[in-house]
Amino acid sequence: MSTTIEPESEKHALGQRMKRKEDPRFLQGRGRYLDDITLPGMLYLALVHSPYPHAKIVKIDKAAALAVDGVVAVLTGEDLAAHGLAWIPTFHGYDKQMVLCVGKALYQYQEVAGVIATSREAALDGAELVDVEYEPLDPVIDPFQAREDKTILRDDRENKTNHIYHWEVGKRAETDAALAAADVKINERVTFQRCHPAPLEPCGIVADMNGATGRLTLYLTSQAPHAHRTVVSLVTGIPEDKIHVVSPDIGGGFGNKVPVYPGYVVAAAASVVLGVPVKWVETRTENLTCTGFARDYHMDVEIGATKDGRVTALKVTTVADHGAFDTAADPTKYPAGLFGIVTGSYDFATAFTELDAYFTNKAPGGIAYRCSFRVTEASFAIERGMEMLARKLGLDPAELRLKNFVRKEQFPYPSPLGFVYDSGDYHTTLRKALDLIGYDDLRKEQAEKRARGELMGIGISTFTEAVGAGPSKHFDIMGIKMFDSAEIRVHPTGSAILRAGTKSQGQGHETTWAQIAAEELGLDPQNIIVEEGDTDTAPYGLGTYASRSTPTAGAAIAMASRKIRERARKIAAHLLEAAEDDVEWADYKFRVKGVPENAVTMQEVAFAAYTNPAPNTEPGLEATFYYDPPNLTFPYGAYVAVVDVDRETGFVKVRRFLAIDDCGTVINPMVVEGQIHGGLTEGFAIAFMQEIRYDESGNNLNTNFTEYLVPTSLETPRWETASTVTPSPHHPIGAKGVGESPNVGSPAAFVNAVMDALAPLGVTHLDMPLTREKVWRACREAATA
Amino acid sequence: MKISVRVNGKQYQREVEPRTLLAYFLRESLGLTGTHVGCDTSSCGCCVVVFDGDRAVKSCTAFAVQADGHEITTVEGLAQGGKLHPLQQAFWDCHGLQCGFCTPGMLMSSYALLAHQPSPSETQIREALAGNLCRCTGYQNIVKAVQQAAGELQQPAPAPEPEPVAS
Amino acid sequence: MFPAPFDYHRAGSLDEALALLARYGGDARVLAGGQSLIPAMRFRLARPAVLVDINRLDELAYVRETDGVLAVGALARDAALERMPRLAEAYPMLAQTSAVVADPVVRQSGTVVGSLCHNDPAGDWAVTALAGRAQIVVRGASGTRTVAIDDFLVDSFATAVGDGEIALEVRFPTAPPRTWGSYQKIERKVGDFATASAAARVTLAADGTIAGAGVAIGAAGPTARRVAEAEQILHGAKPTKEVIRAAADAARKKADPAADTRGSVEFKKDMAGVLVGRALTAALEHLGVEGLR
Repeated sequence: MSTTIEPESEKHALGQRMKRKEDPRFLQGRGRYLDDITLPGMLYLALVHSPYPHAKIVKIDKAAALAVDGVVAVLTGEDLAAHGLAWIPTFHGYDKQMVLCVGKALYQYQEVAGVIATSREAALDGAELVDVEYEPLDPVIDPFQAREDKTILRDDRENKTNHIYHWEVGKRAETDAALAAADVKINERVTFQRCHPAPLEPCGIVADMNGATGRLTLYLTSQAPHAHRTVVSLVTGIPEDKIHVVSPDIGGGFGNKVPVYPGYVVAAAASVVLGVPVKWVETRTENLTCTGFARDYHMDVEIGATKDGRVTALKVTTVADHGAFDTAADPTKYPAGLFGIVTGSYDFATAFTELDAYFTNKAPGGIAYRCSFRVTEASFAIERGMEMLARKLGLDPAELRLKNFVRKEQFPYPSPLGFVYDSGDYHTTLRKALDLIGYDDLRKEQAEKRARGELMGIGISTFTEAVGAGPSKHFDIMGIKMFDSAEIRVHPTGSAILRAGTKSQGQGHETTWAQIAAEELGLDPQNIIVEEGDTDTAPYGLGTYASRSTPTAGAAIAMASRKIRERARKIAAHLLEAAEDDVEWADYKFRVKGVPENAVTMQEVAFAAYTNPAPNTEPGLEATFYYDPPNLTFPYGAYVAVVDVDRETGFVKVRRFLAIDDCGTVINPMVVEGQIHGGLTEGFAIAFMQEIRYDESGNNLNTNFTEYLVPTSLETPRWETASTVTPSPHHPIGAKGVGESPNVGSPAAFVNAVMDALAPLGVTHLDMPLTREKVWRACREAATA
Repeated sequence: MKISVRVNGKQYQREVEPRTLLAYFLRESLGLTGTHVGCDTSSCGCCVVVFDGDRAVKSCTAFAVQADGHEITTVEGLAQGGKLHPLQQAFWDCHGLQCGFCTPGMLMSSYALLAHQPSPSETQIREALAGNLCRCTGYQNIVKAVQQAAGELQQPAPAPEPEPVAS
Repeated sequence: MFPAPFDYHRAGSLDEALALLARYGGDARVLAGGQSLIPAMRFRLARPAVLVDINRLDELAYVRETDGVLAVGALARDAALERMPRLAEAYPMLAQTSAVVADPVVRQSGTVVGSLCHNDPAGDWAVTALAGRAQIVVRGASGTRTVAIDDFLVDSFATAVGDGEIALEVRFPTAPPRTWGSYQKIERKVGDFATASAAARVTLAADGTIAGAGVAIGAAGPTARRVAEAEQILHGAKPTKEVIRAAADAARKKADPAADTRGSVEFKKDMAGVLVGRALTAALEHLGVEGLR
């Protein structure tokens, strides 16, 4: 049984299990994370938080805080308003966000004031003493309650309603008609609970306004440093050339480090006003209670099918909870992200989906946690829906899927909700999964166990996701198109420096980007240094999230490399004393066609570029490429989970989990496996133990790692991985990206497995997280029914 | 309060407030930023260091004053003479890290484990690392790495060319 | 996440520690492992004006079998117990408990006595101490006394240790032959406090009936509680599935848990019963009893 993803053919660098070049510094504690940065004269910022989910701010008394030894300043929303910084735009454009509370607090833990001091302890001591008088108001916690507009939460908005936006795509009338005419239908509410990406490194900033140079340097935990630079410029009016964003080593992002947070703005404002560096690093509690949460979608899934199991129509109706502000960093035209992927891997004749979003008194956000812009929610909805349909039809869930998959011949496949899937071979991948897991034997075992009253379940998830945002025709964030970029410069002695507009937070770009360039250029990947994150030197890009890096920057790297190769070919022709058209690139060399021993390496060409340039050509050897992808890419997979349920305690043991991923061309199988292991572990956590829950009074119940549960090495199952390879036809190296696939595909596999185990008891659906008590209760209720 | 502490073989004398946490003392007074802080409830283990050669301690849940008179090993003290410790080498070989933030804590907890249990089984490794959280790797390759390092430490292979550790 | 300021004293001797505690009374807290105290201080839920650090008192770092008890000194770390050879054979209930307290790193600093003194309602050691009929040695200005565990656990986070006193040692009676025990814990993940827990110890007489039993449950009330009713059901009985079930039901009735994020009252009560049943089954099966499932 394979637990590895096999390398590609014997290529020089692409497809090799190359050890990571970034590791030595991390292994020796020499990484440079945000909190490792200390500047002379630096002050520290601590934030004051509202204990109330909804309250008028009557008065803020700074006196006691200012009296604490070491406290330099106390800032409130009023102070920021004087500098035009009380509110900032959100990435999405549908809303704006308070920096510090202005008149009202809108969620528990919302940032009310900032205390700046000469030490962390003094800042905290001061924060404790800021005296805030609140007048509590009734909170609105449930989005269905918010929908009724009895209490309007955002009196700053023109339309006095808690409704933020409506979004829809597809054919409503045709779909409704098809559903009405269907032989068999399912209609179920499927909720994806609010959860949180919780990377181990919290968010932070060191803001450094240099009065002498007039430049504002922001060391920032940022997944998108250029976008942040542009936003800061637009918001503050400081010209972009005077702003320098440096994103250093980042200890995990998962979408948590995309938004702009109040702490960043307050620290930057404080640095500008005080003229000294100001550091803000959040606590874990602040991270979980204030920063961008994920999911919180309530989805009604309707699927219509013929009686022999051919699906005909899909309708998904969603209520989305964005919390107090819609800070979800979606592309402008996609307020619900790429939720339109909800038809999944299946060929629906017609489909329709609509969504309404609401404000509630909870932390703001929605887009995060490896979600590919809501693909996690969509994938969960369709995979749960298909599972429930299979049950209703009395069909094996694998059989139902094979019956309804988009067929290989149908690619590029235009989906009824507006995507054009680039490539896929769903049947092959699922069959490989069923074969490797021993599906038929497992079903036999299950039958035997069921006869003895034992609860064993097998769950399948065959997801297709959409990543690589995105083509400029459709995608922009705050107006900036979602291309990405690479700049490569080859040195005289044949090594190179590569800079990209993306920003790794653990995905291994220092290695994988070098592998792509090395493959294209015939250089040693060990001698291609990769840099990301410094806006002064890296070409403009939209950053790393939503699995976009390989589809966009990976392509840019290949294209920049090919530009270099074209220039190099001219130099090679000059060195080989041949006509340009007679020189070909083969076997990682330039050689004269028909005379292979007449060849030069890229290293020789590089040297010549500086010492012996061809006549009428520019010396040097470099290129930049800004890549505007022609389409998204559509990685997919087939996951199978096997579980055993202890009905006495509700404990679910994940006995086996097999993940077959198809992300097209694989750059580094070792890196891909690592991504799969990590994403499956996050999906496991979401399925069984994670949620950010607020009680009816608006109290956040999961404010630190004792309540927001991250599984340890002991709970986490062993993951089995394998792959199929269906290259993307439109990507220069056929790669699709894969980082989020495991989090997209796995929750449904886990839930489908548990529901399969509980099927004999008549249980049809349980919402995540599938805690022991939830499963125990379902078993008990079935027993007494 | 004056404290005297030996860290990675080097003796330090420093003045600290009683409430200064050991993690911040190491990071800010001594400039050893390899030890990380990832939570506020002693849950994540990013801050783990080793006391007196074999006791793993969450340095966010200890005061600097408690380190007075002790020997502390941090991640910066693992490599010797430019050569990576077998644990570090194994984490590298086995892809046992991605963002690197939990890595120092994982290494130090593993170091303490191997000091007591030189040949741990997979289950014993998973049990011993259950005080260290990771969000990136899913633990599988970390466990492999500790197994490799345990094997190496039991029966060191003939010394190969040291891998260049500068990066 | 930094504590409020405090004064710090490191005791060089037990007498010095006692003198400091007598001097500062309720303003002082003992710092041993600190694995419960320091997190509380970081959240400023605990704000002692004075910490008395006893970590230099190596003479308290013992685990030794003597006079029919296993004596665990105030500075004996959980890990020391966990690593003790023979513990699993001689004191199975203790060995199983020590493997699941907190997490494996916290256990290298945390102490057994400290955990008992902290007395979190969902803590592990109190449960095992009750089932094992432990005693705690407490010393103060007025002298030294031995307190039975049932009297030691007063309320959530409150014990019989008064201001100016230190708990020096916990004693677990060495079990007679044909005794086995088990500690069962449900936790959402490693490091969490118990959702429910149970400790059970049974001794078999020569005729195969139960000569004695200790049964206790945790996360089932303001403090861990002994299920005396279960012990009575077991005492003198022939070990059967039905007897175990009756003992488990007694535990369900005795459990008085609070609802929280770990579970509802209904769930926790049922788990108390399930875990007592599993602990008894495990212990009796180890002693060779069959037909219990």
